[in-house]
Amino acid sequence: MNSEYQPKIVGFLCNWCSYAGADMAGTSRMSYAPNIRIIRVPCSGRVDPLLVLKCFQRGADGVLVSGCHPGDCHYNEGNYHARRKFALLRDLLDYLGIARERLRVEWVSASEGQKFAETVASFTAGLAELGPRSES
Amino acid sequence: MAEIALNIDSREVKVEEGATILEAAKSAGIDIPTLCYHPALSPFGACRLCSVEVIGQGRSRIVTSCNYPVEEGLIVNTKSPDVIEIRKMLIELLLARAPKAKIIQDLAKEYGVEKTRFEIEDPENLCILCGLCARICEERIGVSVINFVGRGVDRKVETPFQGTSDVNLDVCLACGACAFVCSTGAIKLEDITKKKPMPIPSEFDVGLASRAPVYIPFPQAIPNVPVIDREKCVHFFTDKCRICEDLCEAKAINFEQNDEIIEIEVGAIVVATGVKPLDHTQFSIYGGGVYPDVISSLQLERMMSAAGPTGGEVVRPSDGTHPKNIVFVSCVGSRDERTGNGYCSKVCCMYMAKHAIMLKEHDPETHSYIIYTDARGPGGKVFEDFLTRAEKAGTTYLRGRIDNVSQHDGRFSVSGRDFLNDKEFNIPADLVVLATGLMPSDGIPKLAQTLNISYDAKNYLLQAHVKLRPVESFTDGIFLAGCAIAPTDIPESVTQGGAAAEYVLKLFSQDVIEAEPMTSSVDIVRCSGCLLCRQVCPFKAVEAETLRDGRTVASINESLCKGCGICVTACRPGAIKLRGFSDQQLLAEVMAL
Repeated sequence: MNSEYQPKIVGFLCNWCSYAGADMAGTSRMSYAPNIRIIRVPCSGRVDPLLVLKCFQRGADGVLVSGCHPGDCHYNEGNYHARRKFALLRDLLDYLGIARERLRVEWVSASEGQKFAETVASFTAGLAELGPRSES
Repeated sequence: MAEIALNIDSREVKVEEGATILEAAKSAGIDIPTLCYHPALSPFGACRLCSVEVIGQGRSRIVTSCNYPVEEGLIVNTKSPDVIEIRKMLIELLLARAPKAKIIQDLAKEYGVEKTRFEIEDPENLCILCGLCARICEERIGVSVINFVGRGVDRKVETPFQGTSDVNLDVCLACGACAFVCSTGAIKLEDITKKKPMPIPSEFDVGLASRAPVYIPFPQAIPNVPVIDREKCVHFFTDKCRICEDLCEAKAINFEQNDEIIEIEVGAIVVATGVKPLDHTQFSIYGGGVYPDVISSLQLERMMSAAGPTGGEVVRPSDGTHPKNIVFVSCVGSRDERTGNGYCSKVCCMYMAKHAIMLKEHDPETHSYIIYTDARGPGGKVFEDFLTRAEKAGTTYLRGRIDNVSQHDGRFSVSGRDFLNDKEFNIPADLVVLATGLMPSDGIPKLAQTLNISYDAKNYLLQAHVKLRPVESFTDGIFLAGCAIAPTDIPESVTQGGAAAEYVLKLFSQDVIEAEPMTSSVDIVRCSGCLLCRQVCPFKAVEAETLRDGRTVASINESLCKGCGICVTACRPGAIKLRGFSDQQLLAEVMAL
C-alpha cells in the first residue's frame, strides 16, 4: 500500500442530522481525516444516484451518503427513499466495476459528532486499504 | 319522586319518598346513633341503637329508624326519655357482648352507662353481629366469602367450612372491605384469607402512602377530579361494588367512560415532557431496595410536605421514629456510566442543601452528612449562598464515594472514602437519602418521531441550535422547554417555558408567515405528467394540474413544500428543480473536486 496515497471522498450530508453532526464534531474539536469534501443537501433523499456516479466519474475514491437515523428524518421519509436507492446502486456499482465498499451510507444524528468523526476515519482507512481505483 | 314532609324533633324535614327516618334525620343534621347502618348497604336493623319514637295515626311506637320508611306528617322523636331509656339498655347489652370495643365504650360514656348488669360471656369478643362485613361482601363486592353461621347463641360470622381459615379461599379478593366497615375491629383480614392484601402505592407520595382505586392523581391535577384505576377497582373484577357511584352526590361516577383520543387542530406545540428520577431501589450497593430506611430524595421531599403522607414529619419508614443522623448520597446513577447516566442531573446538589437546612429547622438535633462528587450549582451566586447556609447549619460535606451501607440493630453504618482528606470514613446513620439521577421521560423516541423533531442518543430532545436557537426544534411551530431538553432546575425551566410561549406568540402575531424559499418548482415543458413526484412527496405538496393544451403536469404548492428534494430525485425527465439545491448547483460542486 502506498503510504502517500490519500483517498478522495465526497460526502453528501443531510442538512438536519449529519451536517449538524459534522458541525458537532467540529465544535467539539474532534479531529478526523481531511480526505472528505462535504456537499450539503437538504435530505439524504435528495441525493440522486446519478450524482454519486458523477463523483466516481470525476475521480472520487469513495462517496459517503449520510442522513438521519431511520424514523428520525426531518422530512419523515426521505432517508427511507435514500436507503432503497442506495441498496440498488451498490449492485449497479458492482456491474460498473467499482468496488461496492466505495459507497457508504451511514446514519449520523445531529448529536453524533463522535460517530461522524469515526465514520470518516474508518472510511478513509478502508479506502486506503483498497488503494487507488484501477478502473478509472 | 314525590317529597314527603315529616317532623323530627320538632323540626320540619322534607325528603324524597322511600327514604328512611334515619336518612331524613341525617339530611337535617340530626344525629342518631347506629352501629349497623352504612349508606352503601341495605338496612339491617341489627343493632337497634337507632330506635326512635314515632307518633302517627294517634299512637306512639318505638321503631328502628334505619329501616322505617318516612310517611307524610309523621312525628319522630329521637331523644325522648323512652328512647334514651331503651338505648341505655341496648348499650348495656352490647357492652356485655363486646366489652372491649372502643366504639361501644364511647357510646356508654356518652349515655352515662357505667357498667353492664348482664353477664359477660367472653371478655375478648368484639363482634356485635351487625352484619356489615357479611353484607358488604355479598351485596357490594359480590363474592360472599363471609356470612353468618349458626343459630341463636351460636350465631357468628365465618367463612365457609367454619374455622378452617387455613383453606385458601380463592374467591376472596383480599379487598379488605369487611375489615374497613367493621366498627368494632372484630374482623381482621388475616383471619379470613391467607391472601395478602395489596395496598396500591400512591404514585404521588412515591409509595410512602397507599391510595384508593378511585383517586385524584395529585393535588394540582388539571382537571382536579378523581379517576378510576381500572386495574385495581373491584367493580371491574366482580361487576359489583359501585359504592362510589351511590355516594357521589353529583352523580359523576361513570364506569363506562374509556380513554379516548381527542384530535384538536393547533398552530403550535410546546413539548415539555419533563424527566423521571431513577428508581432508588435498584441501587442495592447503597442499600436501596434492601433497607426500608434507605429512601429517595423525592420520598424525603414528600415527607417534609405538610400535606404529605406523614403530615410534615420526617420519620424512618421502618419504625416511625425521628432520625437524628442523616446521610445524603449524591450522584446515585448520574455522572456514572456504570450505574446509570454519564451526565449531571443538575438539581440534586441544590435540593440536598435545602433538605439539610430544612431538617435542621425541623429538629435542631439532626445532623446531615452530604457525600458528594462535586458540589455543583446551576444558580452560581445563589447556590454558593445556599451552600454556605447549609454548612453554617452544621451540615458535614464530604467529597467522596460510598463503598458500603450496612445495618446493625436498626442503625446504618455508611462507610466510604473521603477523597479530600484521603481517609476512610464510617458514619453511623438512621436514615440514608439517595439523590437519584434524572432520566428522560418514557416514550421520547415515539413522541419525537410523531412530531418530527430530533432527539439525542440519551433520549433528550434537541434544540435547533444550542446557542443561537434555543427552545426551538428543527420543525417549524414546535418548541421545547424544561427537562425534556436536559435536566434543568426550576428557574431555567420557567425561563424556557416563557421563551417557548414567546416564540408561539411571535408566530401567532404575524399577519404573514415566512416560509423557506428553498422549494421545488416544475418545468412544465419537461414534465411528462407521470406524477411519481406526487407519490413520493411526504407533505402532499404536489398536485396535478391540467394545462390549456390538455396535458397533465405536476404543480407544487410552495406553501406546503418543505424543500426536501425527494421529488427531484424521483423525476425521470428532470423537470423538477429544488431552489438552492438544483442539479446544476450540486453538479457544479462535484465538478469542482
